[in-house]
Amino acid sequence: MTLPSLNLLSQSILSGFFIGGMYGLIGLGLGLSWGLLRQINLAHFGFVFLSAYISYHLATVWGVDPLLMLLVLPPIFFGIGMTMQWVLSRFHISPFNSLLVTFGITVMIESLIQYIWTADFRKLQSSYGEEKFKVVGLFVPVPELLTLLLAIFFAFAFWAAMRFTDLGKAMRAMAEDGPIAAAFGINQRLLSLLLSGACVALASVAGVCFALTFTLTPTQIFSWVGVVFAAVMLGGLGSAIGPLVAGIIIGVSEAIAMVLFSPSWAPIVSFSLLILMLLFRPGKA
Amino acid sequence: MNPKIAFGILGTGVVLAFLPWLGAPTFYESFLYLLFHWVILAVSWNILSGYTGYFSFGHGAFFGAGIYATAYLAGSIGWPFLATIPAAILVAAVLGLALGAVVFRVASVRGELFALLTLAVTFVLATIILNTPIDGGPGIYLIGVDIPRLGPSQSSSIYMLGLIACTSAIFVSYWIYASKFGTGLFAIHDDEDVAEVMGVPTYRFKLYALAISCGLAGLAGGIHAVFISYVTVSETFSITVPLSVVLMSILGGSRHWIGPAVGAVLITCLLYFFTSGDTAVLGRAAVGFVLVVVILFMPAGVLGLVSGWRHNQRIRAAAEKIADTSSSHAAESAPVVHLPARRQAAREPLLQVRGLSKAFSGVKALNDVTLDVYKGEILGLIGPNGSGKSTFINVVSGHYKPTAGEILFEGQSLAGQGAHRFARAGIARTYQIPRPFSHMTVLENVAMVGMFGGQGMGRAEALREAQTFIEFAGLAHRAHALPDDLNLHQRKFLELARALAARPKLLLLDEVLSGLTPSEINEAIEMIQRIRDRGTTIVFVEHVMRAVMALTDRIVVLNHGALIAQGDAVAVMNEEAVKAAYLGKAHA
Repeated sequence: MTLPSLNLLSQSILSGFFIGGMYGLIGLGLGLSWGLLRQINLAHFGFVFLSAYISYHLATVWGVDPLLMLLVLPPIFFGIGMTMQWVLSRFHISPFNSLLVTFGITVMIESLIQYIWTADFRKLQSSYGEEKFKVVGLFVPVPELLTLLLAIFFAFAFWAAMRFTDLGKAMRAMAEDGPIAAAFGINQRLLSLLLSGACVALASVAGVCFALTFTLTPTQIFSWVGVVFAAVMLGGLGSAIGPLVAGIIIGVSEAIAMVLFSPSWAPIVSFSLLILMLLFRPGKA
Repeated sequence: MNPKIAFGILGTGVVLAFLPWLGAPTFYESFLYLLFHWVILAVSWNILSGYTGYFSFGHGAFFGAGIYATAYLAGSIGWPFLATIPAAILVAAVLGLALGAVVFRVASVRGELFALLTLAVTFVLATIILNTPIDGGPGIYLIGVDIPRLGPSQSSSIYMLGLIACTSAIFVSYWIYASKFGTGLFAIHDDEDVAEVMGVPTYRFKLYALAISCGLAGLAGGIHAVFISYVTVSETFSITVPLSVVLMSILGGSRHWIGPAVGAVLITCLLYFFTSGDTAVLGRAAVGFVLVVVILFMPAGVLGLVSGWRHNQRIRAAAEKIADTSSSHAAESAPVVHLPARRQAAREPLLQVRGLSKAFSGVKALNDVTLDVYKGEILGLIGPNGSGKSTFINVVSGHYKPTAGEILFEGQSLAGQGAHRFARAGIARTYQIPRPFSHMTVLENVAMVGMFGGQGMGRAEALREAQTFIEFAGLAHRAHALPDDLNLHQRKFLELARALAARPKLLLLDEVLSGLTPSEINEAIEMIQRIRDRGTTIVFVEHVMRAVMALTDRIVVLNHGALIAQGDAVAVMNEEAVKAAYLGKAHA
């Protein structure tokens, strides 16, 4: 093992921050619905990819500016999320069965994507894609920076909303004890519809960022499940800022492992971290 | 174990073994092999996850351990294939044991956390195999590996291997389902803490179940390595295996021994018939859709529907039987069993508690309590809310470990041991809010305690015994009902019947009377007297003073976790300290 140059090391730590932002952005919606609605929404990953593919399509075929999609897609996905919750809430499903149902939905989304866009690799080509600038000797790619900034923005926005608005307080009360909250006049049905909508809208934001940064292929949907789950659990279920912080910790530790050892060793860092957290920090999640 | 079912499983295996000699095309052998493969994986997953409720997402890790054990030993360093199969089983089982030995010690790792942890283990194992000489990256070929001839051709040999493994897996699954071990696992599924208090050695049982589950997955992996004949990390450790087995088990019904096998056959067929040509994508979408519909409309799976139907049949039959005999039994009350009172002349201590303390992060719920419980007495334990009565019960039943102090039961030290040791020694308890095993019938709830309590009976004997205790508690007409169908009064009496089924020497009753109507209280008081008349020593925690005065020989008063008075009921209630604890001090 030879020690890498300082420049290389800091460049990879920076990229760890960026990938961590992506983990956090995807994990935000997932963790909120897990912690507050008691739904382990695997379909979240399906929605991220669906949004990414739609962004790709609109940008490549119709030449729409990708950033415009950040305004167009979230409201649409908000509607999708509300519809999904509206159907699911008619059945009393345990957290585990929610995992299975949303897995079914994810498989359907994956099939839909494969049917429309085939299993080939797709890459969104845009004016932002290749743009990067240099700060103190380090390259900063614009799409990745955008992802990180959006992740930070939404994490703090949701944190503040949960903490300071009546709506957010009602949501936390609902998560704590639904029936009791309902007895104090909280409209549980409406709140869970809104929350589910918001989570899926967050998935669409993550999807646009994803399309700007990564090459798309439908089978990749499941390869993100493990590490984002890790970020969510590490950060704490139902927490808005936790997943981002945990995501960045995982991203940076992976990046360091990649430089010091080899890229193929990277997963061991995040998952060992997760295992240790589960074993030695009981009660956190 | 029902011998008909056991022979049925083995007989089906034997019949299927003739298939290769009937000259069926190779295609059928391969397809059936794949069915066997998924059946083994789903059934083995179910032995831990379906029976105990510890959903594992790490089945791929143990399957992968088996695949790589065979691939490495046979493909890379040239062991004979058959010798690698025991190795594959062993590697997977040892891996499972090592994981379980750590994870099952951490009480908080249950439910989703356990699922996640096992998923993480899969990725860690995959990364290690990918980066070490076991695989190293390019994968392992097993083309040249000789497979022993078990049939007319190479593919029929693999078919036979799959068949043998599959029959064994289903047999093991059934054997566990029908055994005492299985009953313990189902109890863990419903309420692990109560199971431990009722005498199930939960840690050991979970570990065994995990090891068996992993060993069978390793077996499936070892055989699959030669079937696919080229092994890679990304294929082996993909999310496909864990997700498929979960889906198959849920679809078939995870509380049933053959449920996962049914689910495995359904999903494998469904996937197969849709994988040809253009419809492949639609097929996957259809599988997803079927899954959503199945979980929403029948969350207990295909066999869950069957069991539910049979359950209703039994309840109806029982109701008819009651209707037939109601003329002879005027009331539904139990036949009263009076045994001669056995008051001990000598005051011989059964339970000795010395300097017992229990603190919850600084709050002292019990503070240096020293008391004796004598054989054959009813000791009333009273005190204001929050005085430590329930904590005392929880510590003396082994549910909590004491912070300090000694618990001697018949002169034997119990403090610090697992709760199931307390149960084995002869201590039983009831819960203030009844905590029955919600997926077991009343009869099974009671029988379960007979199996794991002080007596440790066999399953059949315990079921027979349970019947008498249910009659004793006046629940004979609800024997096949599920606890959710009972009212509070019946649930409290189920708690009593369950505690009695352990034939305890010491019975801890935690507010059995709370929430009952005055006439129900009378009934309960009478029953407690009958229990004592059978020679059982009782510690009785209660707020209903009428019952305390009527039943107890002696009372002990706790306040703020400390013992403030003990002795004869009337005398103790007149002590100043007791009055102060209940009513506050008078400021003259």
